[in-house]
Amino acid sequence: MARIIHAKSLVAGIAQGTAQKLEPLSFWGGFDSRTGCITEPSHSGYGMCLSQKIVVMESGRGSSSSSSVLAEAIRLGTAPAAFLLLEVDTILATGALVAAELYQLECPMMVLTAQEWAQLETGMQLRLESGTVFIED
Amino acid sequence: MSLNLEPTDLEMLDGRHGAACQFAMKLLVQYAQMLDAAKLISVVGAHIDGCLYHGQASLDFAERLVQLGGKVRVPTTLNVASLDRLHPDLYRGEKAIATQARALMDAYEALGCTATWTCAPYQLPNRPKLGEQIAWAESNAIVFANSVLGARTTRYGDFLDICAAITGRVPDVGLHQTANRRGQIVFSLEQVSPAWLEDSVLCTLLGFIVGKITGSSIPVLLGLPTGTSEDDLKALGATSASSGRVAMFHAVGITPEAPSLAAALQHQAAEQTIFISDTDLQEALNRLNTLAVGAKLTAISLGTPHFSLAEFARLVPLLTGLQCHSDLEFLVSTNRSTLAQLEENGWLQELNRFGVQIVVDTCTYITPILRQAGGAVMTNSGKWAHYAPANLGVTVAFGSLRDCVRSAVEGSVWRE
Repeated sequence: MARIIHAKSLVAGIAQGTAQKLEPLSFWGGFDSRTGCITEPSHSGYGMCLSQKIVVMESGRGSSSSSSVLAEAIRLGTAPAAFLLLEVDTILATGALVAAELYQLECPMMVLTAQEWAQLETGMQLRLESGTVFIED
Repeated sequence: MSLNLEPTDLEMLDGRHGAACQFAMKLLVQYAQMLDAAKLISVVGAHIDGCLYHGQASLDFAERLVQLGGKVRVPTTLNVASLDRLHPDLYRGEKAIATQARALMDAYEALGCTATWTCAPYQLPNRPKLGEQIAWAESNAIVFANSVLGARTTRYGDFLDICAAITGRVPDVGLHQTANRRGQIVFSLEQVSPAWLEDSVLCTLLGFIVGKITGSSIPVLLGLPTGTSEDDLKALGATSASSGRVAMFHAVGITPEAPSLAAALQHQAAEQTIFISDTDLQEALNRLNTLAVGAKLTAISLGTPHFSLAEFARLVPLLTGLQCHSDLEFLVSTNRSTLAQLEENGWLQELNRFGVQIVVDTCTYITPILRQAGGAVMTNSGKWAHYAPANLGVTVAFGSLRDCVRSAVEGSVWRE
């Protein structure tokens, strides 16, 4: 049976995918919306492709242009499927809200408590639905 | 907590102030709810970062607002764009992207924004005053406005910035509120040697360290030299907002909300006190600088954030009687009004004689301008050193302004 975590929803939507834990990433300057991969050499996930992954990250980092980069990646279909954060990140959330408004494409985003967030590991199969995270066996 | 909207907010949401205002207010309300805001407040100005082209989504959004009849309600400045429209030949990227980028610039002008095209709006006349509520985007501008001007803005990003400008409203959260402007982590310079305290790159290195350690908390710098200039504080803020997420810092005895350590901490205890050492500064320098002395350079890049007139006043005398090495290019990014002043006071001629190419409207690390892709570039900017390797595939040497000029003459990295 799936374990269930309730979370605060920043951006609504449904998603399913593999969890990928990341240290904070600046999407602007650190991520290529055309390929969906991390381009910041000093980031521990350098070269990794995030498309369709459920990114588990404390929050984003750096430039306020990250909203646009994420919105563009959502438009192109290269973006992560969803984000599970530890802190409210309005810059990333705005990118997802705008993509939903302009293109009717979903990239849900939720904020978890520290204890619940810590339970998530890279490779876990997750399903997100209206403020709930299901960890599949 | 639920969001209480005022009658005008509700009118905007109902579409009684036009379709663009309704669109903008709808996004703002979602944003306010995300932050558990209790109400919206009015802002006196905005600074827009959405005018930098990041793909079709940038343009689709701005053109939607234009289509809906959008106009800004408060004086609004524009951040750097992807093109230097005064020197269009500098652009070496794809033609199709240049066309889109130009359309984006036109769209934001059509919304009533002023064509300032600078990441340093605080260097323009009529800058915000102590205590004024504003909605600024661009991480270096945000940290400067909060810290050095004492104006109040949270970290607005693309899209929300123009929504705030169109409605004149923002959620009453974060750094808009006095209590949230309290210093949290004290960085003491007590143990730093006099030689480092006098070093012209001190503030950039401190910014790098502070950004890495504080995340999004508010750092308090204790013991910065009294001669610390606005340009030093600009470098500190820009670097800390690149290596971390700093949106505000206090510098005791220097910034307006920190006449004393107690005032910066709003008379509470510091959450943590960190003593910076010479070793920390040397390590930060080593992290920013990845080229050895003598390494061949392809370019020098200054002006991230945009070079101020005061910085040109430091640069110009360093160039006297010297010539930039013919193998490398020397670029300085600034805003159009500073360029006009350089023309007026004759400095431009001296800069050109040395071999300086001035770049306006944009910046050398966000758009293809450098002659040699993947080259070796020296800069005195912590922000440029942080972002350019990933953006442009370059290797970076970091040094003082003097080091940059001397290296330009030698054609290779030189250090004092």
